[in-house]
Amino acid sequence: MAIGDLFSSTDLPWLNIGGREGDVVLSSRIRLARNFRGIPFPNRADFNQLAKVQEMAASIMPEMELAVRQPFDVVDMDKATSLERKVLVEKSLATWNFLKNTQHRVAFISESRHVSIMVNEEDHLRIQCTVNGLDLDAPLALASGIDDLVESRLDVAFDEKMGYLTSCPTNLGTGLRASVLLHLPGLVYTRNINNIINISQQLGLSIRASYGEDDKEWQGNIFQISNQLTLGFSEEEIIGNLKSAVKEIVSHERRARKALELYRKDQLEDSVWRAYGVLCHARILSEKEVLDLLSKVRLGIDMGFIDEVGAQCFSEILIGSRTSYLQNLAGNENMSGNEVDRMRANVVRKALSEHGAAGSRAS
Amino acid sequence: MVCDECGKNEAHIHIMQIGPDGRIEKNLCEECASGYGTTMFTSREKSMSVNDFLKGVFSSAAEGEESAPARHHELVCPNCGMSYQDFQQTGKIGCSVCYDTFRQQLEPLLRRVHGSSVHSGKIPHRSGGALELKHESEVLRRKLQEAVRQEEYEKAAEYRDRIRTLEKKLDQQEGGEADGDR
Ligand SMILES: [Zn+2]
Ligand SMILES: [Zn+2]
Repeated sequence: MAIGDLFSSTDLPWLNIGGREGDVVLSSRIRLARNFRGIPFPNRADFNQLAKVQEMAASIMPEMELAVRQPFDVVDMDKATSLERKVLVEKSLATWNFLKNTQHRVAFISESRHVSIMVNEEDHLRIQCTVNGLDLDAPLALASGIDDLVESRLDVAFDEKMGYLTSCPTNLGTGLRASVLLHLPGLVYTRNINNIINISQQLGLSIRASYGEDDKEWQGNIFQISNQLTLGFSEEEIIGNLKSAVKEIVSHERRARKALELYRKDQLEDSVWRAYGVLCHARILSEKEVLDLLSKVRLGIDMGFIDEVGAQCFSEILIGSRTSYLQNLAGNENMSGNEVDRMRANVVRKALSEHGAAGSRAS
Repeated sequence: MVCDECGKNEAHIHIMQIGPDGRIEKNLCEECASGYGTTMFTSREKSMSVNDFLKGVFSSAAEGEESAPARHHELVCPNCGMSYQDFQQTGKIGCSVCYDTFRQQLEPLLRRVHGSSVHSGKIPHRSGGALELKHESEVLRRKLQEAVRQEEYEKAAEYRDRIRTLEKKLDQQEGGEADGDR
């Protein structure tokens, strides 16, 4: 896959359908924070030290490609355009924090897009592995294998008592952040989502909306749940705790959907179809509107109300409707809001018509 | 079905709560359910971000130990120059050596954040001892090159011999490591 594809393709294999608990769980991710001994962490390192870290990371990439059995794209953040950088964030292959300073910041992204290694983010290395559906074991095994390779060649900062040493003490110990991306329209529409958020916090888990101004309103009913504690537990305990919480949430989400179907079937069906109608025909769409309608359409597909279009359209629209993605596609960062909204509506219509009709009844 | 909360209106909305007493399920009318929504929504808005939480933890740690402020002020990491005060302000550690430098100060803080201060997860396979030897031999190599450049051949020979001894030790260690004791 060419590197240009990284910015222009909407394809992310871990947003594909067909994963475990795929009607509710979109994807699962493991992130490991690692640092090199003696070299100041990125927030305190000078350019020479940052360059040294970059060089160290690059030196093991040929072996990494052999171990992971695929080539990696190298994105030098300093050379990428600001739109390209933002597209990586929209695709969850980089973080906002990673864009704050670009010198000697490099992302190594595997061809399949399952692995992304950020160099000189908050820590020297941030290794993240993502798969679709609910599956934390596979990405943990992959990330841990990558970590084994790193430590066999480079001097990783580790303390017998405190574990892997990280820039922020909240990542200390395992350096592990496990997270699961959930689609929870049922819990939002039945107003149960706040209970879930409160309970999760009591379980040492953090849950936040993936889209929208975090504290004001969420968009698209997509939430990310992750462990907050990293020290004093083994990796297996951490993902075990998260996994059982996710399974509980999944069963609540399914019950909420059942309850909606039971008590409000006509309204639900109507609302799902209206959402589909707008996405199919609108000429101007905002980011927020797409997310809210897309969530309803996905719910309609998962509950069997809509079979005009396949669930594959979901990931394509989720990525393809983001503003930086569209601006980058148009090669113009200064498009007016109206131009972006028109382009967004075009992209959405195209995605729906491509994933529709074929194999289903004609409309 | 009648609303569980007001007992008057028709219940349309099903609510589940998981609390300390287990699961509670309710059937509510739209009016009562929307009341639920707002109270929960406000409580969410008031909830602290992780950063606020951390700042609270760090500064309360500072206040609690005000009795001995002088000790903190003197603590500076020899490797990156970060002081304990810098850490209290930013919440970020400077380098791996900082953790050694501020170990005593950090331990209670870690217990407060994580509920524990002792790692029980993955351990690097490679022994730290071998790494330190390698590090030392790297330093010696640099010194050797410098000595050669300065034409101090006696010193250079001394460095060369020390590197050889180190390398021998390393070979033995790495050979023995296959037995996997650590
Ligand atoms: Zn009522
Ligand atoms: Zn330091």
